[in-house]
Amino acid sequence: MQKYSFNIGIWAMAAIVVALSQFGALDLYIQSVIMFIGINIILSSSLNVVNGYMGEFSCGHAGFMCIGAYVSSVLSVMFFAQDKIFGAPILPPDLAPLGFPIIVIIAGLVSAVAGLIVAIPSFKTRGDYLAIITIAANYMVISAIENMDVIGGPRGFMGMKRVLNAMEDVVDIPWMMIWVILGTLGSVWMIRRFVSSTYGKGIMSICQDEVAAEIMSVNTNKMKMAAFMLSSGLAGVAGALFAHVLGYVNPQSFNIMKSTECMVMVYLGGMGSLGGSIISAIFFTLMLEMLRFIIPAIDTGLHFLHLLPDSYHLSQVWKWVIIPLTLILLMQFRPEGIMGNKELPDLFPRLKKFYKFK
Amino acid sequence: MDILIQNLLNGLQWGSFYALIALGYTLVYGVLLLINFAHGDIFMVGAYIAFFVATAFLGFMDFAPWMVLALTVPLTMILTAGVGVTIERIAYRPLRRKGAHRLYVVITALMCGLILENGNLALLGASRKKFPELLDKVVYTFGNVSVTNLKIIVIFAAIAVFLLLQFIVTKTKIGMAMRGISYDKFAIPLMGIPIDNVIVFTFVLGSGMAGLAGLLFAMSYPILEPYMGALIGWKAFIAAVVGGIGDIRGAFIGGFLLGFIEVGVVALFPSTFRDLFAFSILLVILWIKPTGIFGVAKTTKI
Repeated sequence: MQKYSFNIGIWAMAAIVVALSQFGALDLYIQSVIMFIGINIILSSSLNVVNGYMGEFSCGHAGFMCIGAYVSSVLSVMFFAQDKIFGAPILPPDLAPLGFPIIVIIAGLVSAVAGLIVAIPSFKTRGDYLAIITIAANYMVISAIENMDVIGGPRGFMGMKRVLNAMEDVVDIPWMMIWVILGTLGSVWMIRRFVSSTYGKGIMSICQDEVAAEIMSVNTNKMKMAAFMLSSGLAGVAGALFAHVLGYVNPQSFNIMKSTECMVMVYLGGMGSLGGSIISAIFFTLMLEMLRFIIPAIDTGLHFLHLLPDSYHLSQVWKWVIIPLTLILLMQFRPEGIMGNKELPDLFPRLKKFYKFK
Repeated sequence: MDILIQNLLNGLQWGSFYALIALGYTLVYGVLLLINFAHGDIFMVGAYIAFFVATAFLGFMDFAPWMVLALTVPLTMILTAGVGVTIERIAYRPLRRKGAHRLYVVITALMCGLILENGNLALLGASRKKFPELLDKVVYTFGNVSVTNLKIIVIFAAIAVFLLLQFIVTKTKIGMAMRGISYDKFAIPLMGIPIDNVIVFTFVLGSGMAGLAGLLFAMSYPILEPYMGALIGWKAFIAAVVGGIGDIRGAFIGGFLLGFIEVGVVALFPSTFRDLFAFSILLVILWIKPTGIFGVAKTTKI
């Protein structure tokens, strides 16, 4: 029983969160923060497969997220909602709870195929040149979607809320929360299985020394392809969930800034540490949301002390000054990130008693 | 034919900005193997510094515009170089001393860029600044082709900077020290070369060029906004890589290549296709030559 206590704890926590949001104990804002934490965990841990475990430098993660978001939005609106562009729903909206996970998986698969844009050049190029290819891929995806007028182009695309309403008409439970929790746990589980498998060992060997890995009969091309496709596919899943949580997508919300956020989470947590990715995603999202309330408090405090001129007010823009400053300071004092290259059980060996991993 | 020449000139001007910024990227990369992602924002800071210096001279001193220009150019370059060196001292040097992983330095650079952008937005507000007119616009027309004097100045400035950097890196002692550091970081201090001074000099050069680019950009497109450096910075970095990063000729050629591609795409297709086509072409170039146009493939010894 002790071996399974970790898993039981996780599922119990998930059930408690869902129950609380069902009976209205958590307001909508806190619910959305929890959902964004889940989405950010998927993003950071999936980018960690490439940037941490494989040691490449991919900085176009949001591009794949964009593909996932758009594919899933278009499919779900097409199949389960009445829309101006796509007309009547193809399937009866009662099937939405069954169809939605399938749509998310399809979005992930499409993103994984799009990951080939980066995976195939990575056979020959390496390091900073690969970084460029990923940035270029990000720009290309956004630019391509902005030029598709059918799905709104630069104006964005909406209508996913109607799909959610269709789901809630069937059974009135917080569907999105359930899907995000399932997606997060599934992604983390998948990455954990992946990096501790033979494939994962191959990927870590590419990080150490590619030539030596090739000589030791690791099929590096195959490994790179697997890592890139898994990473971009999970990014697509995160994008699909993101689109349905917000109910509105816009190509510009997946630009380089978003990719930078993903990279920050990975390097803040530590390269090649799944636990670090999860901790840093939680920390980063909470910090973003806390600053929403902290900045006005600081503002009133400073005005109370007459340190600021009356005409000047601290705006929410300062959030994006404080966060990078915090990160720079963290890098100065702990250059390897929060966890470094370790997992939690490496730091606290007694934790190993509480979970069973095969 | 006239349209072709006109677009060539526009591409030269647009490429000049890319080339000037890409040169800064390449210098820092060549010495430190560090992608200085804050460089695009240093360019933006340069434009703002030029704005404040020029308005101060015009407002308080009541100089003639051409005198203001003559004073603004060196001052902007010096102050922007100061910003670049400050970032290096505060953020990069401690990490380098600790021997942190390269990518952590890159993330720090990204964060510095974000601080510059958003600090600017938070301090100065979102209202856009209008750059004062420092040059009387003279338009030379040859047939149907029109060239402003500013365009000629921009193109010549880019070429002059390129020649100067080429001279410094290949002919002078400090340039030799730079090449030495990029060749072997550990043996150079043993030879008695002050490695930190050389790196600071590199940042001075690169940031000075970014400041000059910012000034010229503000004179050509006189609307300043805090996020103007981000997109141009990323694109100039891509141009530097396509040319072969760490190579001055490569950055120069790559910048002009990207400028030509973008202007050509806008001339032939709707302007929304600009990024898509430009990046697709660059991807194809990188597929054919994985280390850029002038880049040398690194051989790994086993």
